[in-house]
Amino acid sequence: MATIRFTINGKTRSVDTEPDRPLLEVVREDLALTGTKYGCGEGQCGACTVLLDGKPVFSCLTPVRAAEGRKIVTIEGLAEGGKLHHVQQAFLDEGAMQCGYCTPGIVLRTVALLDGHPKPTEEQVIDGLNGSLCRCSGYHRILAAVRRAAESADSKG
Amino acid sequence: MSTHPNRKEPSEPERYELQEGPAYIFAVNRREFFGIAGAGLLIIATAPSTEAQRGGESGSLEARLHIAEDGVITILTGKIEEGQGPRTELSMAAAEELRVPLGRVRMLMADTDRTPNDGITAGSGSTPRTVPLVRKASAAARGLLLAAAGRQWDVDRTRLEVRDGAVTHADKRYTYAELARSPELAAAYKDALPADIAVTDARDWRILGTPHPRLDGREIVTGSHQYPSDIVRPEMLYGRVLRAPSYGATLAGADLTAARKMPGVTAVHDGAFVGCAAPTTYAARKALEAISATAQWKRAEHPSSDTLFEYLKQHAKEQGRVRAQARGSVEQGLAEAKRRLKATYRTAYVQHAPMEPRAAVAEWQDGRLTVWTGTSNPFSVRQQLAETFRMTPDRVRVIVPDMGGGFGGKHTGEAAIEAARLAKEAGRPVKLQWTRAEEFMWAYFRPAALIEVEAGLDAGGTLAAWDFTNYNSGGSALDTPYRIANTRVRFVESEAPLRQGSYRCLAATANNFAREAFTDELAEAAGKDPLEFRLAHLDNERIKNVLVTAAERFGWAERRKKRRTGAGIGLACGTEKNSVVAACVEVEVDHASGVPRLIEIVEAFECGAILNPANLRSQVEGCIMMGLGPALREEIQFKDGRLTNGRFASYRAPRFRDVPKADVILLDRKDLEPAGAGETPIIAVAPAIANAVFDVTGKRVRSMPIRVPPG
Repeated sequence: MATIRFTINGKTRSVDTEPDRPLLEVVREDLALTGTKYGCGEGQCGACTVLLDGKPVFSCLTPVRAAEGRKIVTIEGLAEGGKLHHVQQAFLDEGAMQCGYCTPGIVLRTVALLDGHPKPTEEQVIDGLNGSLCRCSGYHRILAAVRRAAESADSKG
Repeated sequence: MSTHPNRKEPSEPERYELQEGPAYIFAVNRREFFGIAGAGLLIIATAPSTEAQRGGESGSLEARLHIAEDGVITILTGKIEEGQGPRTELSMAAAEELRVPLGRVRMLMADTDRTPNDGITAGSGSTPRTVPLVRKASAAARGLLLAAAGRQWDVDRTRLEVRDGAVTHADKRYTYAELARSPELAAAYKDALPADIAVTDARDWRILGTPHPRLDGREIVTGSHQYPSDIVRPEMLYGRVLRAPSYGATLAGADLTAARKMPGVTAVHDGAFVGCAAPTTYAARKALEAISATAQWKRAEHPSSDTLFEYLKQHAKEQGRVRAQARGSVEQGLAEAKRRLKATYRTAYVQHAPMEPRAAVAEWQDGRLTVWTGTSNPFSVRQQLAETFRMTPDRVRVIVPDMGGGFGGKHTGEAAIEAARLAKEAGRPVKLQWTRAEEFMWAYFRPAALIEVEAGLDAGGTLAAWDFTNYNSGGSALDTPYRIANTRVRFVESEAPLRQGSYRCLAATANNFAREAFTDELAEAAGKDPLEFRLAHLDNERIKNVLVTAAERFGWAERRKKRRTGAGIGLACGTEKNSVVAACVEVEVDHASGVPRLIEIVEAFECGAILNPANLRSQVEGCIMMGLGPALREEIQFKDGRLTNGRFASYRAPRFRDVPKADVILLDRKDLEPAGAGETPIIAVAPAIANAVFDVTGKRVRSMPIRVPPG
């Protein structure tokens, strides 16, 4: 057992746990943040995506000790004061979800993508999102939402 | 001329539903046995008749609809939401008939204690069967409320206005909530709904027929929606179940001692079931590893996917339950044909692999069992739980929170039973979520198909005979929509090497793949353009319409004359579940791998009057992309009783990189009843690609996944 400290969604937390436990399980089971999903446990589907110091990681493959002293953002940490993040709003406006189980991971990947490339090329979008699977296969709506999010960030100046 | 394909649905469900015995037979302890016997309830496995179970069909208004003091209307249904959109569509149906804003309606879905049993959510059934029930119940409620207001004011109901959840006349106004309290209505709520309730004509719709986003979209994008695997109960443990290392292997022994010594761990060995529960998933995994290390298995022979199709043919049950339809004489038609063609088509086993693997949270309290789980069939799972634990169904409650995908792959209740067994042992709630590896190996599969087809053309190049047999995969969309005087179509069951069941559009995908790919071969033999050949053999105006619409938008005639270098074009059409679809595609082929790439697709789809165009577009686009998987890459491979590609790294599902340019055309037929739309759009994708591959390579492909032979 070890005590691991990190910041999650702006709050400092410490957990006493086995250091090799997947971050995914600590977030879901110890911190009750169930917006982060288990999908495959092999870093192939992206449902477990969280942002670690702003970069998307597969939390199913990330041992919790790797989060020590770092900043984690989960899907629950995006909206501020009840106002949706513009990427969330774009997914909502485009209806870019069917079952929605992949949505938190893909929204977070989009946030990171637009952070690095505010006006991404098609290839950058594919590269940024290809680690996420959507088995409802709503890829067309999701791509439309990413474009909308890029434009809405643009219009905000 | 038929405008309603498949109107005469076979009395036997077209669904190739998985039928199997109980997964586990748990031991009965002495006290439990006498408890049951003493209560005189030894026989509790008797299921109510299908008719009686379907309480929704003839149910009362109060079973379907509640109006609260604050004017919020709750619609109750036993249907489940898995991303296909019924929560929003049923809300729209109720809002339409009750003349209230959509925001006034709430849905309560799939809770066996509270909702009517609307049967399994499958087979595109919610739109043609449940939507009308909700429309009728809502229209009936509006009628009752109007009548109550009319009586209060002594005004004929035709002179009353209904708007925004209230009945008005001159300056007088009653809200629905006020009227709903009228004592005279109390009895009417309990009466069975009359059969002849008039509903609003599609041409007059104000809410239905217009695009509405998912009502729970905000919960989804913020991560606050709780899927079955997200349910948390006080003192809850996390479970794991011991699985056999290979198909057919049976447990010879396992030692649970080490696992039981771990802190907070409960371990169970009951018959064929071995599992454990612990305070965290991590601890449960460690405990299961300890048990697994001691487990001894008796292995069994199991065929390999390398010889799958030979196996299916050798094990065909020709003497068993063969489903066949015939017109004319296929023998005579073939004998008299000017030209005969014959081909064999093969489609691989595929896995649904929904994003959320099977999950359940089970809780025992005061002799009652409550399970939150992801299943399309909550009432059937309640029955399975009742039988497994030797209880009456009224002591079991199954709740299905909107779940993370299913596609026909979650008609069963494995996780529910396993979680319940663990929770019973632990005396605490237990959550069990299958791992992806478990979901790949132990969930059921879409059946592989072996299809043999022979056809004859007459001297004029017209189809004269058609002999079509599907081995193993099912009878959906088995018959041909083309006008042929002599036909025989058959579905022959086989000894399936894998556990198999439903999948989005069932065998219609395999049958349509073979039929439409072969139709192109016949068109070529007849010296005709594939589009012209089809139109010449079609009587069904609805199929013709989508075919012509897609071809025109795609520019079929022009593109046949002048193709892009290195690219080929193809088309396909089909009908199933009272809807029609056609697709035109352009593909390129990577000659090194033999895998085609879908560059562009134009798909036209028509399912009667459109309920929610936004959701319909999502369903059609989703079907195109999901259909691309088994068309190009998805293929379950197995050897020595194990899957050799049972993970996303090696089982290649469609990804962002595979997304083609797509143009979806939705034809709205306000004059036709709405048909379900979550399945049929999938059936045109693979054959259109196969036909385009021939166009660019000159090689016929007769298997899914489609691979261009080298050379």
